[in-house]
Amino acid sequence: MTKYGRNAHAIAALVREAEVHRDVYVDPEIFELEMEHLFPNSWVYVGHASQLSKPGDFITANIGRQPVLASRHSDGSIHVFYNRCPHKGVKIASEPCGSTGKFFRCPYHAWSFKTDGSLLAIPLKKGYEGTGFGDTQASEGLSKVRNVVIYRDFIFARLNDDGVSFEDYFGESLSTIDNMVDRSPEGKLAVEATPIRYMHTCNWKMLVENQTDTCHPMVAHESSAGTAVRVWKREQGDSTEVPMAVQLYGPFMSPYEFYEQSGIRIWPNGHGHTGVANSIHSNYQDIPGYLHQMVAAYGETRAHEILGEIRHNTVYFPNIMVKGAVQILRNFVPIAVDKTLVESWVYRLVGAPDKLYERALMYNRFINAPTSIVGHDDLEMYERAQEGLKSNGNHWVNLRRLYESHEEQDVTAVINGTSERQMRNQFYAWAKFMTMDMDKRVEAAE
Amino acid sequence: MISEKTITDFIYREAELLDTMQWQAWLDLFHPEGRYWIPLEWQQQDPVLQPSLMYEDLLLLKVRVERLAGERTFSQKPKSRCHHLLQAPQIVACDTTAGIFKARTSYIYTETRGDMLERYSGWASHDLVEVGDALKIKLKRVDLVNFDAPFGNIQLFM
Repeated sequence: MTKYGRNAHAIAALVREAEVHRDVYVDPEIFELEMEHLFPNSWVYVGHASQLSKPGDFITANIGRQPVLASRHSDGSIHVFYNRCPHKGVKIASEPCGSTGKFFRCPYHAWSFKTDGSLLAIPLKKGYEGTGFGDTQASEGLSKVRNVVIYRDFIFARLNDDGVSFEDYFGESLSTIDNMVDRSPEGKLAVEATPIRYMHTCNWKMLVENQTDTCHPMVAHESSAGTAVRVWKREQGDSTEVPMAVQLYGPFMSPYEFYEQSGIRIWPNGHGHTGVANSIHSNYQDIPGYLHQMVAAYGETRAHEILGEIRHNTVYFPNIMVKGAVQILRNFVPIAVDKTLVESWVYRLVGAPDKLYERALMYNRFINAPTSIVGHDDLEMYERAQEGLKSNGNHWVNLRRLYESHEEQDVTAVINGTSERQMRNQFYAWAKFMTMDMDKRVEAAE
Repeated sequence: MISEKTITDFIYREAELLDTMQWQAWLDLFHPEGRYWIPLEWQQQDPVLQPSLMYEDLLLLKVRVERLAGERTFSQKPKSRCHHLLQAPQIVACDTTAGIFKARTSYIYTETRGDMLERYSGWASHDLVEVGDALKIKLKRVDLVNFDAPFGNIQLFM
């Protein structure tokens, strides 16, 4: 028996004032409904155009439960398809990325497709003559994802044909992506490194929430960042130069006041970012030559404007986080209600000094790797939460920090940096995109 | 005089120190400029401008060791343990005149915590240097056979 399927009312009731019901993290049915409704209704990150530099290049990804395939066509355009052969359903591409040459060829019966998805050839084609094949969906080739937007080389797709437009969905929040791209003197990013992959035995939303949770670093990361700061103080001797590693670890131990004053900005549809006035990335040492390059490219005023925008974590609802100042995107890929694959991508700032790329790669392995001590701190907490939520002592998760009654939804606002409002903002969006097409589907079924 | 046996004994000793959690004695095996490296790419050449799972100097290794014993290191409650099963190390270089000592060792590493047990297979490459009468680690490189897999926590040293 299903409790939540086709029951928008029951789903909406899981999010109330400043609490959410534990079922959003632990109920397998809710997870399946997220795959069926939330992800197809949202604009989801597929990949970066620099991964498709030449015609025939492709990448594979998942949007919710749906395997997709993105390719670069001979005319330079990028297309996103469902990754299945229209014949018997075999996955066309099985690797994370590669080059297919002029066409895709299904490994089962050799149906082949142009890199824009259209059907190129079927062996023994005359066997289909007079069968009405031309009237079938299969004759059109690979099924296309119709709603695809490439924003400054970031490829986003929405599976459902109807829904909120890309512009309305992201709005002003795209300013974080803008800032990250503008940090390249050539205004261009490139993916050169494979992502760090880290398997988490917890619900994907715990990770997303943690990106704007500023009351945990000084507590949970005392073991990693705190120890790093302590060991450095003891071992530094006469050294006046703080190693890059200590520059990266140290700010995690900033006091509550630092995070309070840093601020959080929320946007409609569940997006938001920490680090408005100041951020943990603000005090890294300058990289020699970089500012000069930026001034040469953008002029004095604009260069300082770009580099002065040092945001901490930007959550793009539902499941990515972007760190403009260190060129990292984390993709929280839901696998099961209690299993999440985290892919942490580093972008190279095209034309910028190697040292900047070195720092970004270092940050990624220090913080986002399965071998990261900071990562160990976090995952331990998520796993304990996933276990603890089974407790019948209390069915509700509390998100009331700095809550104000009659909080407006779907607005832009800058608030105290230790507020849990961005989490409330996400859950408001969660309920909205979960139920958006549900009533309609119920009607259609009746 | 460093012989091939000295190198082999050194590598067995290193694994034993890790398995018995004698962390300080393990750190003492490193040269002050020593590095511990786990690449993330096949036959990776560059630890700095290519992504790695770990590339740590002595300061960072000390941080890890000190953290393991920390009162608020919650991911070590309960504590992890580990086991190295080593194949005989292959001596790649033992040139006493040039002072170059290298070995490659195929092994299986097991890390356990609570009820969980994870197993990893790979090769360790040791670049060693002679300091006084002893060998020190200039570079320990661990190439996992499935370096590109999505792992859970790896908390100790391979």
